[in-house]
Amino acid sequence: MELIAAALDVLARWDVALALFVGAIGGVAIGAIPGVGPAVAIAILLPATFSMDPIVGLTLLLGIYGSSMYGGAIPAILINTPGTAVNALTTYDGFPMTLRGEGRRALSLAYSASFAGGIFSVVCLIFLSPVLAQIAPMFGSREIFLAALLGIVLVVVAHRGQMLIAAALAGFGIFIGTVGLEPAAYTRRFTFGQSWLAGGFDLIVVVLGLFALSQAFLLLTSDDEDIRVPKSRGSLFQGFRELLRHPRVAGIAASFGVVMGMIPGVGEFTAQFMSYTSAQKMSKTPEAFGQGSSEGLIASETANNAVPAAAMIPLLALGIPGEALTAMMLSVFYVHNVVPGPGLFQNDMDFVVALYIALLALNVIVVGFLLVSTGWLVHLTRIPNKFLGMCILMLSFVGVFSIRNSTVDCLIAAAFGLLGYLLKRLNMPIVPIILGMVLGGIMEVKLRASMARVRTPFEFIERPIAFLLFCVLVIILASTLWRVWREWRPVDRRSLTKKSSTRFGRRIAGRKERHFANRLKHQRRRRGYDHLGS
Amino acid sequence: MDSSDDRFTKTKSSGQVVFVLAAILIVAILLSQITGQTVWTDRARNFASQPRFWPAVALLVMLAGFVGHFALMWRRRPNALDWIETRRWTEPLEYLFWFMAYVLAVPVAGFLPMSLLLALALTWRLGYRSRLHLGCAGAFAVATVLLFKSFLGVNIPGGRIYEVLPGALRSFALTNL
Repeated sequence: MELIAAALDVLARWDVALALFVGAIGGVAIGAIPGVGPAVAIAILLPATFSMDPIVGLTLLLGIYGSSMYGGAIPAILINTPGTAVNALTTYDGFPMTLRGEGRRALSLAYSASFAGGIFSVVCLIFLSPVLAQIAPMFGSREIFLAALLGIVLVVVAHRGQMLIAAALAGFGIFIGTVGLEPAAYTRRFTFGQSWLAGGFDLIVVVLGLFALSQAFLLLTSDDEDIRVPKSRGSLFQGFRELLRHPRVAGIAASFGVVMGMIPGVGEFTAQFMSYTSAQKMSKTPEAFGQGSSEGLIASETANNAVPAAAMIPLLALGIPGEALTAMMLSVFYVHNVVPGPGLFQNDMDFVVALYIALLALNVIVVGFLLVSTGWLVHLTRIPNKFLGMCILMLSFVGVFSIRNSTVDCLIAAAFGLLGYLLKRLNMPIVPIILGMVLGGIMEVKLRASMARVRTPFEFIERPIAFLLFCVLVIILASTLWRVWREWRPVDRRSLTKKSSTRFGRRIAGRKERHFANRLKHQRRRRGYDHLGS
Repeated sequence: MDSSDDRFTKTKSSGQVVFVLAAILIVAILLSQITGQTVWTDRARNFASQPRFWPAVALLVMLAGFVGHFALMWRRRPNALDWIETRRWTEPLEYLFWFMAYVLAVPVAGFLPMSLLLALALTWRLGYRSRLHLGCAGAFAVATVLLFKSFLGVNIPGGRIYEVLPGALRSFALTNL
């Protein structure tokens, strides 16, 4: 109780309350605008939060992170365009419900499922805290190195079908993290005699380029669309009653969200896919999935909203960000000399609990706000793409230039913006670059520190947690190799024409309506693809 | 129809071969420079302390990833569609110039005037020429300046143009606009 009182004391300030409201409402609005997304907003706001207290800055960013997915469900359900990348699965069942005239029921289900996921994960976080406080100090250099390595491996493995590209881009992230003056022997690495490269690449400049500027370029070069919101009936409260009829689906999806959120490098996508697939397998009507199933909608929305609170666990307990958004938040900690990791749980537990309570309050504020404002939030989806691109371009300037008023930083951000634009056009993931950059730096420091203390390779994994992490790494690598080997098909480059004609034949043999509906769905999903980069 | 495969992001095929080949070339050049651009020191206590170790690991991972991806591609020679896609990659260059011009102009002409100019000119250039759109663009520029510079106090220097303003107005403009 004393701890909760101390945490409430930390939060009982007008600026924290303001940050919570602005973050919650701003996050919902940002999520509701397809083409912006929390990564862009957080990247732009990062430098502005450096002048704030850590609790104020983090509450603001957490507010945006936690609430954007609520807002992202609105365009996903009503116009088949995910507001944030993680709402992609929501379109599968949300939009068919809208086409049936049940848009408000779908929205209500999405809000209630998101609320259940968010609250469930914060409660888990609160109950896990004492355990974390005990386990976290057991993480020394070796364990943190292995956990960071696990994060890199998982972010690569999670990009199924793109693993080699994800690995290459994670390598690129590690590489750009090494450029500049090296901290141990003070030698220069890949600076090519350029003084502006001696300081290395600033994480925030890279993040702003890859997420914000690239999104601005993408929007500025894309076409506007005529968006029509179909009429829908029903009450925004009915979803809460309906959710109670599917406690198993919501419970399992929320658990997937918490577990996947806690594992570095995995995040919302895997949580959603796993919960959606398991809900489909458990359902009495699996054929309804993808055609407007309430269970499918509950599974995807509960899982993605359970992730943000859980993703704070590796960040707070070990100082290891599990995804791009928490990697950005890590820089807020460092700027304020608050070092996340085992020490934070021992010395600043009230700060940690204050963040949990803020997350709890956030979910309540967001749902309350959404119930009264959905009507006008829908209009945000009508902002033209190019106009939005202009706005993001201007805000990106504020983000980059305010760091140290450097034109070179802006040039670097612009170059990374072009790279991000290319990657987005090619549907290649951006997250591995950011995680490679952040986790690469952590791995370098921790491996150097731990190698100084071990004499034989086996000594590296002799401690229980290190051994456990090593075993998990081996199992993941072995299972991935096994899966790749089992699914392996030799690349047949000679029968391309035959394959194309067969595929075309199959397409026209199907129902015309379904073909065009699927095509529209693909196009919309591709356009909504974004923001998080994968 | 099973849609499970649709749920995973697929890499777009057109332009991919050009991107991957360019990436392999750049990584190969960087790898060839590793001895000149990094140091192998005798003072290091172990391999992990060598300044060259992590850049080498990163470049080798990149090389393996890109070469592996290239080896598994259906098509390993660029065709017309690849070059069309490659040309599309140059489209944002125009907006990059707008951005850099804005960056260079703000310290001279001030944050508020340049934001207004960028917002209105770019909105006009993008084809939104109605009063509503231009009004929204102007309002957005003013709101951005007021929120970030006046309210949040982010570190953006006052324009040199404000130096010509009289006393109190000058200091107000330098601090808030």
